[in-house]
Amino acid sequence: MASSLVSPSPIPSFIGNKKSLGSSAFPATSQIAIQKCKKQVSKKIVSVMAPQQSERKPATTGSVKTGMTMTEKILARASEKPQLTPGDNVWVNVDILMTHDVCGPGSIGIFKKEFGENAKVWDREKVVIIPDHYIFTSDERANRNVDILRDFCTEQNIKYFYDIKDLGNFKANPDYKGVCHVALAQEGHCRPGEVLLGTDSHTCTAGAFGQFATGIGNTDAGFVLGTGKLLLKVPPTLRFVMDGEMPPYLLAKDLILQIIGEISVAGATYKSMEFVGTTVESLNMEERMTLCNMVVEAGGKNGVVPADSTTFKYLEDKTSLPYEPVYSDAQASFLSEYRFDISKLEPLVAKPHSPDNRALARECKDVKIDRVYIGSCTGGKTEDFLAAAKLFLASGKKVKVPTFLVPATQKVWLDLYTLPVPGSGGKTMSQIFEEAGCDTPASPSCGACLGGPKDTYARMNEPKVCVSTTNRNFPGRMGHKEGQIYLASPYTAAASALTGYVTDPREFLQ
Amino acid sequence: MAASLSHASYSATFISSASKVTVSQPSRFSPSFKASTFSPLTAKPLNSTFTPHARRAVTTIMHATSTPSSIPSDTSTKTFHGLCYVVGDNIDTDQIIPAEYLTLVPSNPAEYEKLGSYALIGLPSSYATRFIEPNESKTKYSIVIGGANFGCGSSREHAPVALGAAGAKAVVAESYARIFFRNSVATGEVYPLESEVRICEECRTGDVVTIELGESRLINHTTGKEYKLKPIGDAGPVIEAGGIFAYARKTGMIPSR
Repeated sequence: MASSLVSPSPIPSFIGNKKSLGSSAFPATSQIAIQKCKKQVSKKIVSVMAPQQSERKPATTGSVKTGMTMTEKILARASEKPQLTPGDNVWVNVDILMTHDVCGPGSIGIFKKEFGENAKVWDREKVVIIPDHYIFTSDERANRNVDILRDFCTEQNIKYFYDIKDLGNFKANPDYKGVCHVALAQEGHCRPGEVLLGTDSHTCTAGAFGQFATGIGNTDAGFVLGTGKLLLKVPPTLRFVMDGEMPPYLLAKDLILQIIGEISVAGATYKSMEFVGTTVESLNMEERMTLCNMVVEAGGKNGVVPADSTTFKYLEDKTSLPYEPVYSDAQASFLSEYRFDISKLEPLVAKPHSPDNRALARECKDVKIDRVYIGSCTGGKTEDFLAAAKLFLASGKKVKVPTFLVPATQKVWLDLYTLPVPGSGGKTMSQIFEEAGCDTPASPSCGACLGGPKDTYARMNEPKVCVSTTNRNFPGRMGHKEGQIYLASPYTAAASALTGYVTDPREFLQ
Repeated sequence: MAASLSHASYSATFISSASKVTVSQPSRFSPSFKASTFSPLTAKPLNSTFTPHARRAVTTIMHATSTPSSIPSDTSTKTFHGLCYVVGDNIDTDQIIPAEYLTLVPSNPAEYEKLGSYALIGLPSSYATRFIEPNESKTKYSIVIGGANFGCGSSREHAPVALGAAGAKAVVAESYARIFFRNSVATGEVYPLESEVRICEECRTGDVVTIELGESRLINHTTGKEYKLKPIGDAGPVIEAGGIFAYARKTGMIPSR
């Protein structure tokens, strides 16, 4: 039964509306909620933000249709309901379910146990299986897990399985892609208006395409495998308006670190984060993906960027399936709105050990580092490497610390070796990286972003200080519990590699 | 599915005292999809009769099937009693179960047990008392007490599974990250309970506590203090049944095997 909750209430329910303030949030309510979360937030950069405002939802009298946000509209369509309100629990038709080598076997186990050994998935074309986490390792269980995926895909005749068999040479595997969230985009599985669920917290990345995308656990995934549906609660939306021209030293990573630092790691719990404004419109798809990727680091349920010509152009050669974008109504209700003057922002880092431990990169210039890691769904895409290459090119110097490069997918890896870098006289990124003394780009996968098996390339096996373009820096994230991880943009990571200290990229980019 | 959020089960504590409480009636739900093995819960009251089955070593006192009142979750006599283990804020999934152990598949019984042996092994060394002793594979703490945003980070279901497999029965935290909460209920591995104050600052690891689920109360016998918990609401019957699938079978949503 779907019940419509109009009041704010602390209902513990498995649907998960933890501290949702409902859509009739009063300013006092949101202030209280934000105060609770604001334990460690730096208050230094508040001048760039207008005070947040809450909007009261207009009274619903049943027959009057109220405006809906993008997320509400997507879920309304997916649940075949004309009108939804935050707090509603609805059965949603799933367009794509993604899983990978870490959570796939568990989800498959549950599917078989609950629906029967001979059960068939609800739609063999809507399940996308992408091994990417623990691939280039000799860990037997990790290798076995990829085999489990393969057996399942063969038995179910799964259409999209990006398999890998030859672990010694990723290029020998024509189907293998790499990091799931980047592969989903590159292979045309992300489409505006759709519902995409994945057994990975960074599934929210796909929201960059104007769709509802969020992470779920094995049990929920097992349920979707059998039925193609899931019971979801409609989240209220926080709106982030970013206007102004993007300064040449800032990247989307800086924008999202700014936001997370502002609202904290629980500031968007159970909420949707909508990113609009001229700055967002100026971002290319991969930058939008970076923005949405770290929504989960603020506790967010999903992130969305409205689809526009940039989106459609990106999708032109990638998907032939029809799609229908949706947009927030003018009179939609948002829980809060945050406005940013981009021109006032500076390159940031998230200091150990939390993604909301925001600091200006230039204020960390005395932090000596041991290594730099450029990779992952957050910071290992082609655009991320292009940014790093541009900075190395501008400097012309060599790195002072080991600099690990892990392209997210085979396509990214190929781009490193083929795409000419603007202003370099025809050099490729790989050439620039080599000249700068970086490590050779590694086999594409999630790599050391989350540590992984002990023999994972670039895993932090001793306590070291690392500047990383990845998404989380909780204790032990990249391997060693005492490791210190500074999350940063590819510009900041490259600049830091050149000096051996946390460094503001403006040292090289003005 | 425990879909109806009946208002009757809330305690009357809201974050905002300024809010008006208006709750519309649960709408009739009519399914339009065609999955053959699945029929959704159509307007079925959640106080349907079912006998809770004993789950592992959980002390389950058989309670009468509920009266036809509007209170959906009847866990009136369920209690947990044992030692508590206290952690702080933002305990993320990497601390609950470090990524290197994710090669273990939770649906594989032997690997499920192994996952349990690594529960909370990712906590920094500042936690001198460990959740599981070095040569043990189960915990002696049946209740974990946490601060804000417990379970943040990854969507890995291995996190609540590890806690449950280790022997924890419930987590009492100030607040939860959503995927962890959802996974706890879906698997039925641990009860994700919420406290109203920061009991993580008033309890010490090793304190003897009792949780009375029906009363939504935690009693710390070592300090003598009592705390109000937020009612588990509709999540209760789901966890008690053993997770969403078991619950769906019990309530006739999907056919029994």
